[in-house]
Amino acid sequence: MKRLINQCPGPVSTAALALLPFVVLVLVYLLASDARLAENPNDKLLPSFTTLAESFVRLTSVPSQRTGEILLWQDTGASLRRLAQGVGISAAIGLVLGIVLGAIPLIRSGFAPFVAVLSLIPPMAVLPVLFIVFGLGEVSKVVLIVVGITPFIVRDLQQRVQELPRELIIKAQTLGANSWQIILRVILPQILPRLIDAVRLSLGTAWLFLISAEAIAATEGLGYRIFLVRRYLAMDVILPYVVWITILAYLTDFLLKQISRRVFPWYHTGGPGR
Amino acid sequence: MTFTPSNRSKTRAGRVLVPALLLLATLSISGNALAKDQFRIAWSIYVGWMPWDYAAQTGIVKKWADKYGIEIEVVQINDYVESINQYTAGAFDGCVMTNMDALTIPAAGGVDSTALIVGDFSNGNDAVILRDKTELAEIAGQEVNLVELSVSHYLLARALASVGLSERDVTVVNTSDADMVSAFASGGPTAVVTWNPLVSEILAMPKTTKVFDSSRIPGEIIDLMVVNTETLEANPALGKALVGAWYETMAIMSKDDEAGRAARTAMGKASGTDLAGYDAQLASTKMFFEPADAVAFAKGDQLPLTMEEVASFSFDHGLLGEGAPNPGFIGVAFPGERYFGDDGNLKLRFDASYMQMAADGAL
Repeated sequence: MKRLINQCPGPVSTAALALLPFVVLVLVYLLASDARLAENPNDKLLPSFTTLAESFVRLTSVPSQRTGEILLWQDTGASLRRLAQGVGISAAIGLVLGIVLGAIPLIRSGFAPFVAVLSLIPPMAVLPVLFIVFGLGEVSKVVLIVVGITPFIVRDLQQRVQELPRELIIKAQTLGANSWQIILRVILPQILPRLIDAVRLSLGTAWLFLISAEAIAATEGLGYRIFLVRRYLAMDVILPYVVWITILAYLTDFLLKQISRRVFPWYHTGGPGR
Repeated sequence: MTFTPSNRSKTRAGRVLVPALLLLATLSISGNALAKDQFRIAWSIYVGWMPWDYAAQTGIVKKWADKYGIEIEVVQINDYVESINQYTAGAFDGCVMTNMDALTIPAAGGVDSTALIVGDFSNGNDAVILRDKTELAEIAGQEVNLVELSVSHYLLARALASVGLSERDVTVVNTSDADMVSAFASGGPTAVVTWNPLVSEILAMPKTTKVFDSSRIPGEIIDLMVVNTETLEANPALGKALVGAWYETMAIMSKDDEAGRAARTAMGKASGTDLAGYDAQLASTKMFFEPADAVAFAKGDQLPLTMEEVASFSFDHGLLGEGAPNPGFIGVAFPGERYFGDDGNLKLRFDASYMQMAADGAL
C-alpha cells in the first residue's frame, strides 16, 4: 500500500478537498444561525443568508440616506486609494533604498543597521505620534501604511540585491560598466520582479494598517464602516464587508502576480521565481 | 511528491476552520439560562458607573448577593461598546449603558432588556467644544470629530437643532474616544463632541470654548444598569441584590464625611484621577443618590418624551436596524403602564419597582 505521504488526490478530488472546509464552514454557520434565530428572530449576531444577501444588495445599489452615495463603492474607492498611495510610496522608497543599501557597501554599513532597528518599531505603537505629527486626515492613514511596510520591503530588496550572482556584477565590470550603469542595467531589471514579490507579501500587512487607521478616525472607507456599525452589532453589514475585503485582497494579489508573469516572463521559468 | 498549492490552501483552511467551529459552537449556546444562582454583570469606566467598582471591591455586592443566596460577578470591560455587545450576545446578565445605547444595541438586537437602575443623567458631562470660535452657530461648515452614532452624535444633533442647523451643515468625522485628546492636541480638529474626563482635558487647552453641553438638554442622556428581562423575571433576587448594593454605595459616597471622601477617592483613582477630579465630574452629573428621586424620574412625564426623541434620532441614523419601518418599531415601556412605540414588540422596559423597594426600605 502506498504511504500516506505519497498519496496524491487527482484534479477532481483536489478541487473537492479544497472546497470542503468552505462548505463545512457555511453549514456550521447556517446551523448556528438558525438555532439563534429560532430563539430570537431579531438576533443580530449570526444573521441568516437571506439577510446577508439583502444587506449586500442594499450596500451595493441603494444610495445612503445621509450622503446620497452608494456606501460599498464609496468605501471601496476611499480605501483602495489610500492603499494604493501607501503601497506605491512604500514600493518606491523600498526599491531605491533596497538597491542602494544592497549595492553600495559604504552606504550599507552606515544605514542597514538603522533600517533594521526602524523595522522593529511596531507601527501601531507610534500611531498616537503619527496623529499628532500628520493630523487626523488622509496623510496619517497613508503614512501608517508606509511606516508599516517600507522597512520590510527595504530589507527584503537589500537581501535580494546582495544575493545576485557575483559573476554578473564582475562580468559587467570587465565589460567596462561603472557603478551607476551596473545599478541601472544589471541590478534594477533583476530586482523589479522581486519588488513585486515583496509588495505581494506586504499587502496583507498594508490592509491591516489601513483598517486600523480607518477605525480610529475617518469619514469613509471599508475599515471605517466596519468599526462604525460594530457599535450596533450590525453583522449583516460587517460580514459582507469582510468577504468583500478578502475578495479585493485576493484580486490585488492575483493582479500583481499576472503583471509579474507578463512583464518578467524570464523570472518565472523555474528557478527562484513564483 | 510536490507540495501543490491545493495542499497548501487545504491546511490553511483547516487552521481557520477549527477555531471558527469552536467560536460558532460557543455563540450558538444561549447565555441566558433561566433559574440560576450565578450572575455576571459588566461595567466600564465612567463617572456614574465607578460606584459598581467600589461596591464590588469593598464587598458590598457580595454582602447583598449573599443575603439573597446568589453569586454576582462584577466584571470591568475596557471597551464600553464591547461590553454592551457582550451583554447583547448573552455573555452577561447585566451591563451599564446609556438610554440610547440600550435602545439601539440590545433592544434593537431583539434582547428584551430592563433598565433596573436609573443611576444618573449627564448634566454637563457631554459637550460640544470649538477651537478659536465662541458661538455654537459658527460650527457650520466645520469638520466635527466625535464617536459617531454615540450619545455625542445625539448631543450634536440636539445642539445643531437649537440654532436652526442640521447635520448636513457639518461634516462628522468618526474618531475613537481613545484618540480624541491627542488628536485635538495635534492642532488639526477645530470642533469636537465628547464626554468627561476628555471634555475637561480638552478645555484645558488654549483657545477652546464649550459652546453647548448636556446641561442644556437635562435628563436626555441617562446612565442605566440594564439587565436581561427574562433573567430578571426568573430571578427577582438578582434585581433586589443589585439595587440593594447600589443604594448602599450611593448612601456612602454621597456623604461629605470621611467614609464618603474615601469612597470617592477610590472611585476617582480607579478612573485615573483623584478626589478633586472625580468631584468635578460628579458636579456635572445628576446622580440619583436617593432611590425615591430615581423612582420619581422614571415615573416622570419627561422620560417617555426623551425616549421618543432618542428613538427618532436613532431611526434617522439607521440604528434601529434596516427592518425598522418607523421610530416606534421597538416598543419602550415605562412605569405605570405607559408605552412608546409598538407595544407588541416591547424590548426595553424602564422598571421602577426594584428602586421603589429600596425607597421603601423593603430590601
